[in-house]
Amino acid sequence: MSDDAKASAEKPTATPPDPTLDSHDFHATDVDLTKALATDDTTPVQVGERRGMFGATRGGDTSGYGGLRTPILLPGSSQKPYGGYFDELTDTLGAALDAAGDTAYVHAVQRVVVDRGELTLHIAREALPTVARTMRDDPALRFEICTGVSGVHFPNETGRELHAVYHLLSITHNRRVRLEVTAPEGDPTIPSIVETYPAADWHERETWDMFGIIFEGHPALTRILMPDDWPGHPQRKDYPLGGIPVEYKGGTVPPPDERRSYN
Amino acid sequence: MATHEETTRNAGTTDTSTVYEDIPADEQSPGLDPALGDGHENDLRDPYATTDADREDGARVFNASGGDWGDLVDEATALHEERIVVNMGPQHPSTHGVLRLILELDGETVTEARAGIGYLHTGIEKNMEFRTWVQGVTFCTRMDYLTPMFQEATYCLAIERLLGIEDQIPERATIIRVLMMELTRINSHLVCIGTGGMELGATTVMTVGFRERERILRIFEAVTGLRMNNAYIRPGGVSQDLPHGCLDQINDTVPQLRKGIHEIELLLNENPILKGRLVDVGYLDLAGCMALGVTGPILRSTGLPHDLRKSQPYCGYETYDFDVITRTNADAYDRLRIRLDEMYESLKIVEQCVERLKKVQGPVMVEDKKIAWPAQLSVGSDGQGNSLDHIREIMGTSMESLIHHFKLVTEGFRVPAGQAYVPIESPKGELGCHLVSDGGTRPYRAHFRDPSFNNLQAVAALSEGGQVADVIVAVASIDPVMGGVDR
Repeated sequence: MSDDAKASAEKPTATPPDPTLDSHDFHATDVDLTKALATDDTTPVQVGERRGMFGATRGGDTSGYGGLRTPILLPGSSQKPYGGYFDELTDTLGAALDAAGDTAYVHAVQRVVVDRGELTLHIAREALPTVARTMRDDPALRFEICTGVSGVHFPNETGRELHAVYHLLSITHNRRVRLEVTAPEGDPTIPSIVETYPAADWHERETWDMFGIIFEGHPALTRILMPDDWPGHPQRKDYPLGGIPVEYKGGTVPPPDERRSYN
Repeated sequence: MATHEETTRNAGTTDTSTVYEDIPADEQSPGLDPALGDGHENDLRDPYATTDADREDGARVFNASGGDWGDLVDEATALHEERIVVNMGPQHPSTHGVLRLILELDGETVTEARAGIGYLHTGIEKNMEFRTWVQGVTFCTRMDYLTPMFQEATYCLAIERLLGIEDQIPERATIIRVLMMELTRINSHLVCIGTGGMELGATTVMTVGFRERERILRIFEAVTGLRMNNAYIRPGGVSQDLPHGCLDQINDTVPQLRKGIHEIELLLNENPILKGRLVDVGYLDLAGCMALGVTGPILRSTGLPHDLRKSQPYCGYETYDFDVITRTNADAYDRLRIRLDEMYESLKIVEQCVERLKKVQGPVMVEDKKIAWPAQLSVGSDGQGNSLDHIREIMGTSMESLIHHFKLVTEGFRVPAGQAYVPIESPKGELGCHLVSDGGTRPYRAHFRDPSFNNLQAVAALSEGGQVADVIVAVASIDPVMGGVDR
């Protein structure tokens, strides 16, 4: 986390509890999170809000700090120099994209985030196939392997609820990079990169299965882990964990998502 | 009785000396196929033979009733408009658990192979979002149940990167992690080779493999209290130090393991039957591996010395002396030989770990008492338990300890918001953990890039165009473990 993020995270503001917000809601917030993210905005990105002192759900917060509201901040954009091979990588990608002419670098790469020694490129979703192809084919980039696709669901980030995260590995240059693409829940489509990276086949199917992201252009986007006729996408945050209470020696233990817990 | 003696049975198939008792028609069990007759007639024919009713709709009917196999294959080849689709699994002894292979056959040749997975999906990743960071170890250790230490290690390394405490992990803890990971690597390879041999019909390979594995499991039991699903590597270090006498036990075991692995080598390496089954089977070249994202022994069998322990070292692997094993024929036999040789390299690392552990003393958990899992377990006679010293401290002498214990057990520690991906070299290839934190006490998202999940995509490339029997060999050379594939 950058220093900015840390500073903001430690300055929570206290307001009276909002009765309209259910304390069971995961990171429920009435803050408008829809603002577009500027390329060079180094302020952290708010993805939600934490309420109360201990994040207690089910049973209320008896600490007296129930009105505490702490923003959940992910690292914002980084500024050049990024350090390490990150500068060279982004420069090469920029030159290659601009030379090819399909998508300009400034449009394709929305934000560059360097955090904890890892480079994340936030890619505009329509530019993803071009970027992926450039990443693989440019001799100075040569990311031969896409090691996988991972979905993340931020239900409160209106307009960017669904994230698909790709991890690329270059054996030639011994480098790694992460591509992150977002899609709104109303239009959960992201172009498939199976054409460039056949290895992404099953990973994209898994992300469709678990998060409902439709990878356009995938040769056979079907469920892979859940049964074919399963309703819903289990790893979205609004999908319940499920489970049944367990009785033991007269006592009843509720399922994990209905226990009193702290988060 | 007279009826039976008079009746001429279908020639040769029935022992005419056997005397059957007649059952009156009204006492026979209901539901018998009328086509079988009532047993009194001269129609005791093959119950599965084609009848006129079968031919009514004009469909071709095939009877499989023994005969010469070569003729049958010729027949099937001549009728090549017929597609034979065979389901192998999900319950099949040679599919490594509940893997379902859908094979399209032309005679004995596989023309298309697809893998169906998901039969062992247990929602571990979703479950981890509802437990504390430390409890997550107990879940991810159960993914690939043959490499529990590797899931724990990648998960804990990712947490430590998110916490920013990568530099604060005590040296002794890191050495113990390496020691346990390398023992697990041998364990996993032994099971791979053992079950692979069993799938070819060589039970001795399996018994020797599992016998040697048992030695490693005994070490695990002594160190962690459990043989599998150890939950031993914890964020910040390991759950407890090695027990008294453990290093001696390992020192005694290493030569035994070396001998056992050599026994497998003598049994397999130049075995003509094994070579006949494995050489040039399941071929996948470097370009294929790159396209399909295949890593591990399969990639190294193409000659590329890609090993994350060397190329992107973690846990101090750059300070250990070992070689990356490669071969160049890119077939199932090379993968077997690579696994065998890798076990010797792992033993080398284990010996170096033991030497270091004799010198390096100190804590096995990070100093930060707001992170360190408080339970200093010591294995009791029942295999687990909290150490008496620890209980005495938190209950009797230190208020601070009690508070930390209480907070960490009920609430857990918080991890700053952000994401991390830490890949490590598991016995099967690149195992990575992508963790997203929202600053809470539980993972916001935990995703595991399991090497088996990715490598299983290569089933089609490995087995299409080969024989059905080669599918078994090809799948065994991937070494998939469905617990990791389906998670």
